[in-house]
This record gives sequence, C-alpha cells and structure tokens, in this order.
Amino acid sequence: MMRESPRAVEDAYRVEVVGAGDYWLQEARAGETLRITDLKGNQAVDTLFFNADHPHERYSAFDTVREQRNLYLTAGTTLVSDEGSPMLDIVGDTCGRHDTLGGACAGESNTVRYALEKKTMHSCRDSWLLAVNTHTRWGLTKRDLTHNINFFMNVPVTPAGGLTFEDGISAPGKYVELTARMNVLVMISNCPQLNNPCNGYNPTPIELAVWSR
Amino acid sequence: MSDVQYRDTLPGGTHWSFLARQGTTLELTDVEGGGNVGMIFYNPANPLERLNLPDTLKCQHTFKLTAGHCLYSDMGRIFCSITADSVGWHDASSGTCNAGIVAEKWGSSSYQEARNNFYRNGRDCFLVELGKYGLGRRDMAANVNWFSRVDVTEDGNMALAAGHSAPGANLTLRFEMDTLVLMHTCPHPLDASPEYPRKPIAYALGVAPPVAADDPCRLSREENGRGFQNNALYLLGTDASVSLGASS
Repeated sequence: MMRESPRAVEDAYRVEVVGAGDYWLQEARAGETLRITDLKGNQAVDTLFFNADHPHERYSAFDTVREQRNLYLTAGTTLVSDEGSPMLDIVGDTCGRHDTLGGACAGESNTVRYALEKKTMHSCRDSWLLAVNTHTRWGLTKRDLTHNINFFMNVPVTPAGGLTFEDGISAPGKYVELTARMNVLVMISNCPQLNNPCNGYNPTPIELAVWSR
Repeated sequence: MSDVQYRDTLPGGTHWSFLARQGTTLELTDVEGGGNVGMIFYNPANPLERLNLPDTLKCQHTFKLTAGHCLYSDMGRIFCSITADSVGWHDASSGTCNAGIVAEKWGSSSYQEARNNFYRNGRDCFLVELGKYGLGRRDMAANVNWFSRVDVTEDGNMALAAGHSAPGANLTLRFEMDTLVLMHTCPHPLDASPEYPRKPIAYALGVAPPVAADDPCRLSREENGRGFQNNALYLLGTDASVSLGASS
C-alpha cells in the first residue's frame, strides 16, 4: 500500500548516505522513525532488526508474513520478533512492496546461484559479519544473522509455486519509513550484488534519516 | 531405492531429533492424512551452518518444495535432496506455531491436566531439541512444514490449503552430508481445525546407493549441480569422497 510520509528530512536528527557495499548499524529508540530512501532506484537494502535491550530477540521474517497472512511488506505491516512481539510498524511506503523471502547474498550462496568462482565477490553477509565483529557491544555473532528484509526488492510468487526475481519496482527517491515500537538495533547491508537484476546490476547509495518521537 | 533399516512413528504433537549421516535416507509418511512435520537442519560439525530456506528457495526459483529440490545450508551446501514425493507441494514460508498461537486457537492444555496429550507447539519443540546439542533460540532458523501447502495470491495473501495431504502420503530425503535433523509433529501455524490436530507421522531410516552422475536432483537445475560440487569439496577425503576433476 502506498503511503506518503508527512515528515521532512530537514527535521530528522540524523541523515546519512550509505554507499553500496557498506553496512549501517545504529540504534533507534521506541517511537523514533527511520526512513530508507533508494536514491538512485532499484537498490536492495538488506536489513535486520534486533531488540536493542535484549539482542537475542530479533526480527522474524516468517513470523511476520504469517501473522499478517501476506508475503509482501508494505505500509501497514508490523514487523514481529521471534517472540511474536511487535518491533516496528511500516508507516510510509512509496515503493509498494518489499521482500522478506529472498534472504541475503553470501559468497557461498553466490557459488550456487551464479558460478563457483563468484565466491570472493563482496556480499551482504560479509558486511554483517564485519559489522558484528567490529561493533561487539551487543554481543552479536553469526548465530544472530537470521532471515532479513530486502527493502525495495521485488520477488513475486507465481500461482504454480514458482519464485521470480523481477526488475525492481523501485525508482529514484522511493522510500520506506518505519516507526519503532521497542528500542531497536538496525543492521543494514546496502547490497553489493552485481549478478542480479534486483540491483539493476549496478548497486547504488541509499539515504537514512531518523526522526525523534 | 534405499535399504530401510529402522522404522518408527512419532505421535502427533511431539518432537524428536537425530543425526542423519551422509548417504542415508529419511522417509516420512503422513499416516492418517492432514499431518504436518516441522523440520530444521544443522551441521553437527559446526552448528552455525544451518538450513537456509531463503537460499534454498531463491537458488531453485521455487516457493514450494517437492521431488528434485535440494535443501541448502547458508554455506552453499546441500543438507539433503528430495528424491521422492507423493504430495507435490510442501510449505517453506510460514514458520512454526508458538505457545500464543496454540493457546489462541485451541485453548490452554497443561501437562498437569492432559499428561502427554498436552498441546505442544512447534517453537517450544525446537527449543527443546536445540537444547540437547547446546544450541538455543539464537540458532533457530526458518523451518519446512512437510505435508502442508500454503497458496499465495498475486497480492501476496497466504492461505493454508485444506485436505492437502492424503492418508499414506510420503516423501523421501537423501542426506548429502552429515545432518542434525530436528523435527516435530505439531500443527501448521495456519491450521484452522476446531480441535488440536494430532496426526501421527511414520518415519523410516535407510541407506541410499551413491548419487549417480545423472541423479535427478543433481540435474534438476544448474544451481544444484554446483551445490553438489560444493558438497563434493566438503566430503573430500571421507568415505564418500569423489573425484573433483581437477587436473595437475
């Protein structure tokens, strides 16, 4: 569902541009709102959320889609944790559909999907592993890397049970906005995948803006 | 066909786990029909390697699971292949039921009152089985729901297909590496039955012949051919070692 936001970027207390292939790890307090903007269009933004106070509680992709009885994330979706607790609400969306079924890229899965010699290409999982092993205050490790959201990515399911990877439905300036319902840790990998139309074969920067409650 | 060595039946609403060695098979049978089996896999040599359903689905461009598909770890390796399936569609996108879902649908049922007929839920079952190996909630991954089918409309709406699995429906998994198998027979999280469904699942363990060069799972997609190559590298030097084909 398309829903435009009333918020102005000038009012945000934090605005940052994150290049493709970089990670972004920040806390947002309950009531704060995070906007992710696809600056150039067709960029996949691989995102995980944790309870900032108890990081073993984390976003659960499959609990989220089952509880809303719908596979796609958009305005009106509540992201739920592995405990079934609401973590964030999607309050704005000018893209219309986001994936949480397709997971993140990794060198190892690249070997299967594309070619054995692609294993050394930069990947979302490399970014996350570097993030958790650099910023150790939350005690996160590979154990905590679970199934993620791919903001701006379009992965439709066919009636026959097939899965297709479509050219992104996003475009320059499209955004998604989320309001936190608990103190959350946000861990984003701005996807470096070069082998997939989801990034238009050309990974590009995103903008992150955070508003206080 | 595999050489079956062991047969057992899990009552509905229960859980179990075991180590499936590379080259063995697990056949599951939905004895009465309408059953559901929640299942997750781990590498016993490094439990940080676990079933990754997003990787499994996207590399085979599928939403459902059936014969010819392989189940992948997050490390690009194949835990097991589906070598036979009379059902045609198994769910890989709904997660498992938890205490809240079960209580909301079927009410509370304590062990004190119901003894071993108390209403177990899938998440607690997995937590118990994980605990047997020193693992915990952080190690949880999305599970398969064997014998259940979830349809998705163009708009993304999900619905559990009623009466999907017939009495005697069965499938066979062939393990392509040593795999820790966690399973439960609790209801699918979208099950709308008026009573807590308690469907027994029979399972059989056997030994499979070596994977042939023209094996249907290996050939079903180019991606799976590369997955089998990753497994061959992992198995180098073991009894299951095969030539990797590199020339000097």
